[in-house]
Amino acid sequence: MSDNEGRRAAILGRLRDVYRRSPEDEAAAIATVERRVFHPAPNLIPARGQLDLEDRIELFTTMARNVQAEVERVARMADVPAAASAILRRHNLPQKLVIAPDPVLQAAGFASQPLLRVRFGDADEHDQAGLTLAFAGVAETGTLMLCSAAERPTLLAFLPENSLVVLPSARVFGAYEQAWRELRRELGSPPRSVNFITGPSRTGDIAQRLELGAHGPRRLAILLVDDLQAG
Amino acid sequence: MQPTSLAFQSKAAAALADPNLQTALGGIKTGWQRGRILAADRLPEFEQLRDQARDIKNHALANLDFYLEAFEARVLDAGGQVHWARDAAEARRIIQEICESAGAKTVTKSKSMIAEEIGLNDHLEAAGITPVETDLGEYIIQLRKEPPSHLVGPAVHLTKDQVADLFEQTHGLPRTDDPTELVGQARTVLRQKYLQADVGITGANFLIAETGSAITVTNEGNAELTQGLPKVHVVIASLEKVIPSMEDAFTLLRVLARSATGQEFSAYTTVMTGPKRQGDLDGPEQFHVVLLDNGRTGMIGSKFQDMLRCIRCGACMNNCPVYLAAGGHAYGWVYVGPMGSVLTPQFVGIESAHTLPNASTFCGRCEEVCPVRIPLPNLMRHWREEQFKRQLVPSTVRYGLGTWGFFARRPALYRLATRLAMGVLGRLGKKRGRFASLPLAEGWTVSRDLPAPQGRTFMQQWRQRQRSRP
Repeated sequence: MSDNEGRRAAILGRLRDVYRRSPEDEAAAIATVERRVFHPAPNLIPARGQLDLEDRIELFTTMARNVQAEVERVARMADVPAAASAILRRHNLPQKLVIAPDPVLQAAGFASQPLLRVRFGDADEHDQAGLTLAFAGVAETGTLMLCSAAERPTLLAFLPENSLVVLPSARVFGAYEQAWRELRRELGSPPRSVNFITGPSRTGDIAQRLELGAHGPRRLAILLVDDLQAG
Repeated sequence: MQPTSLAFQSKAAAALADPNLQTALGGIKTGWQRGRILAADRLPEFEQLRDQARDIKNHALANLDFYLEAFEARVLDAGGQVHWARDAAEARRIIQEICESAGAKTVTKSKSMIAEEIGLNDHLEAAGITPVETDLGEYIIQLRKEPPSHLVGPAVHLTKDQVADLFEQTHGLPRTDDPTELVGQARTVLRQKYLQADVGITGANFLIAETGSAITVTNEGNAELTQGLPKVHVVIASLEKVIPSMEDAFTLLRVLARSATGQEFSAYTTVMTGPKRQGDLDGPEQFHVVLLDNGRTGMIGSKFQDMLRCIRCGACMNNCPVYLAAGGHAYGWVYVGPMGSVLTPQFVGIESAHTLPNASTFCGRCEEVCPVRIPLPNLMRHWREEQFKRQLVPSTVRYGLGTWGFFARRPALYRLATRLAMGVLGRLGKKRGRFASLPLAEGWTVSRDLPAPQGRTFMQQWRQRQRSRP
């Protein structure tokens, strides 16, 4: 028995000594645990986000703006390159963007913006602005849900000071549970990293004064896109 | 960290006379305390969610063995490793070994109370590995070589000017007291540390048995850079962090940020499952979870089990009149405020911390605001009983209580004694109507006069009134 196995047995043994379950109790406990692990059911879901799609999008937008995110809505994916370029211009940033190598983003037609220099890949410490694609949005708190994948590296939304995220309008759910159910349906088990993002990075650690851009992005711009279904 | 909790009284007295500290603490009432009230008011289901949050933790605590086994199996499935540690020394050794096997020179850390509990930083430094705290508050107190003074805001005891002084000395840049620039300086310094680090160590707010995931909650995004850039990621978490499913996590998350800072949701909630997958462009190559017991299995089934529900939101301290006056450092160890008054004796022994369960007015606000409804005053009372049992109470108090107990158990004698005492005091104080000093009552008379009794006791008056009722 390895060191680790010995320590494991000791800890689990201590717990079982305390619980001292009868065989019937043990069987019942295992059944409950298996149900809760293999067939999890939502607990109370607040009524706030349980709305029609258009109202969910409106609530999402309000809540995200309340936490200093910028939210814009465009009709088509083909509008994203111009919208992204305009965001950079509005904030006096260089027309340079590192973009997640996702087929949806690659097909957006960034060539339509000749002044915008784009690179598809992961962000490094020199990139000032990154663009990625969200898996879903959650209306109740204006939260983005990003799922890592080969074509959607995680650091894109954390290293650059300016984070741009494309969110398909049709994928704005009311509650976290509903977005996660969609993850289970599409991916089975979670990818390496699922990031719930609510506004840009912030800190209150200096005299409890709100400051944006502590380590992650100072600025978060969300582009709601109407003609996208897939995540 | 050596506990200095026995010095609570003198440290609290010093804290009250410290204008910087009082300014810093004053912000909590208008900030987090008020924020919690507003956030709770905006969510009609908040109280029901607190009940469910309590029930989820209770259920997990009643089945920890099964949930830990399930969690471990999922971590292994995802390509991660699980290390079990019975105590702080084992956890430190395990983490040191992981760091050494990665050839680590520097490690970045995002805020972990468990790392504070086991004294990880000192241990790593002694082993020649440089730990760098990345949470801004933790970074500040690491530079000042101080323990955290609050669960959520470790540097909440400092004013802006104190941080400005510290950064001027440390960063070698011209002094600024502009918070935006101060945050920018820390951002620039720490950015390089993230990129250099060989290992990233994070805590976990929750461990999910369903998926083998660890969840971190931050506002700064430091946990994501800590675990996303180095090639090795170590999660250090205590056993009771495990809960059944993501659904349960969402319920707990809904009450966590609202109780802590009054935010609807923290900026970053990250669910990490295993090392980087095939084709991933970033993420760690190794994913380790260190599961720490450190006395927690002993709390299961004891009268302190309820304390293991704690999700470390800090609401109990934000609403504690004693904490808000004395600050966190007076508590003398890692955990502070009401939750610390219950936990610290558990970890360092009641003989080294019996001042803490007494550092409470028992006003009950901590229990009122606790998102998982921990009966904190009751748990402190258990420690006071324990303290009395082990004769850790000063002999004057013991004899005083003994004398009082003797009379209290003999009501006739008690009434006679109080009647005599009131009569004597009434006659002595008749002239001035109050006492400027009295033997055994200095605690009262040192700052105010004691009104002289009017002659008759409450019981006498009561009986008389009963008799004269029609």
